[in-house]
Amino acid sequence: MSATLTHPADATETTAPRTHDPIPFSRLASVELRKMFDTRSGFWLLASVGILATLATGAVILWGGDDALTYDTFAAAIGIPMTVILPVIAMLSITSEWSQRTGLTTFTFVPSRGRVIAAKAACTLGIGVVAMVMAAAIGAFGNVVGSSIAGVDAVWNLSLLQFTMITVATVLNMFIGFMLGLLVRNSPAAIVAYFVYQFVLSSLTMLLASTQEWFADLQPWVDFNYAQGQLFDQVPSAEQWANLGVSGLVWLVLPLAVGLRLVLRTEVK
Amino acid sequence: MITIDHLTRTYGSFTAVDDVSFTARPGRVTGFLGPNGAGKSTTMRILVGLTAPGSGSATVCGTSFSELPNPARQVGVLLDASAQHAGRSGREILTIAQRTIGLPANRVDEMLATVSLSEEESRRRVRNYSLGMRQRLGLAVALIGDPEVLILDEPANGLDPAGIRWMRDLLRDYANRGGTVLLSSHLLHEIEVVADDLVVIGNGRIVADGTKAELLAGAGTLVRTADVRPLARALVDATIEFTHVDGGLRVEAEAELVGRLALEAGVPLTELRGADGAGLEDMFLELTADTQREQPTTTTMTNGAAA
Repeated sequence: MSATLTHPADATETTAPRTHDPIPFSRLASVELRKMFDTRSGFWLLASVGILATLATGAVILWGGDDALTYDTFAAAIGIPMTVILPVIAMLSITSEWSQRTGLTTFTFVPSRGRVIAAKAACTLGIGVVAMVMAAAIGAFGNVVGSSIAGVDAVWNLSLLQFTMITVATVLNMFIGFMLGLLVRNSPAAIVAYFVYQFVLSSLTMLLASTQEWFADLQPWVDFNYAQGQLFDQVPSAEQWANLGVSGLVWLVLPLAVGLRLVLRTEVK
Repeated sequence: MITIDHLTRTYGSFTAVDDVSFTARPGRVTGFLGPNGAGKSTTMRILVGLTAPGSGSATVCGTSFSELPNPARQVGVLLDASAQHAGRSGREILTIAQRTIGLPANRVDEMLATVSLSEEESRRRVRNYSLGMRQRLGLAVALIGDPEVLILDEPANGLDPAGIRWMRDLLRDYANRGGTVLLSSHLLHEIEVVADDLVVIGNGRIVADGTKAELLAGAGTLVRTADVRPLARALVDATIEFTHVDGGLRVEAEAELVGRLALEAGVPLTELRGADGAGLEDMFLELTADTQREQPTTTTMTNGAAA
């Protein structure tokens, strides 16, 4: 310490400014990744992705019946827990800075909050892709094991393109969690908001579409859930991509912009 | 070097920080003193860029905090020792700091040793830390980047007497080696012992600012004698102002003058000294009297009623 501090005798004189390198983005991202999984809740969220994928695979083998033993079935079974857990991981990476008040340290180490949020977004994207590849591997293993137990040929009916679409949908889901985290900045409230957004809202729009004809035509353009769901079923057409873009602008991009603005300006206490 | 220049911050109609200006210089410990809610924490949060200022400016090392390329290398900050993820271990929190700042890994163990947290304690989750241990950890996080400025908000909270002594020595040593320390507290005694300069804030406004010696010089002389009446008469004759304190007088004059007056009046003294210990407390209560939640008279009356 003494080497870098001036001697008391000339302490009142201005010290020669020490120059320091700015913190590179890669380092920031690696720290944010570590912070996502170095707590008990973070660890179990990550572990549960693997555990639930394995359980889902086991369930298909045990109770699925011979004709259900296709790669598509395995992928679908594994995908369900993913849509719940991965967005929560993304969400907590934001909200814990406020709920656990770690932001006080994080944002004094890195005063540029935008860079911290960008690092978290990069981690979210990375985790989404890695988790999906892992799920695909577990599903493939389940498909091989399940078919050989049942004594049938393994059915590989999921194309790489379809897999990519499912990954895109999953990552979009994660960014819904990310967006709600930015908007609410409170862990329990953000989790509740996610379930309302994802499950209550989609039931309501489904109900509305089945009873009101005018809404049925409009739905693909305004219901992000619906537009996103199309990714799971097939490779979208040009119009379906447009559906996704328009509804996504309203339900994801705009609130994300508002949340970002709030986070950049709000007081950290 | 910390420079706060005409800083103001309002929340609606409430002015939390009102035209605050002061400087914390290298090689000195600057005590930032004030009752709860006086604006100490808000000023410190603005200083490190966590709160936007309304008007005025706050700079560290000659620049705004958010302009520093790697702030923790130049400014160590401890605003709230409890603001850590309860599920992380102390070691993990230091490791995150070490990695963010870009320091060698052995810095974590060095800092644990500096703040006397044992290997076993460092692996415990912060949820199970006492407030004193959290303060030590917070200080380790502030010091890990080897900064030249320290900004600490109520760091003595929750420390036991030995811990307070330890921290005082650490800050003294740090300032002696040329570091700048800004230390807030409402614990008057703690600040009086360690600070070189004092900035007193009440209701968002600076009410006193200067070296400890200057501010205490104004505190007068404490004099005790078995019967204060003849001495009081002599002081009145000499037109020197004084107030009655427990078993003596606090006199607005130098000790030498008071001693001479006592000699001339033939009053035997039991005690004569600069009113240092109680002085700052009196000054503090006096300066912030109209900003205190509890008015002194009210307190006395409540105590009387209770007795």
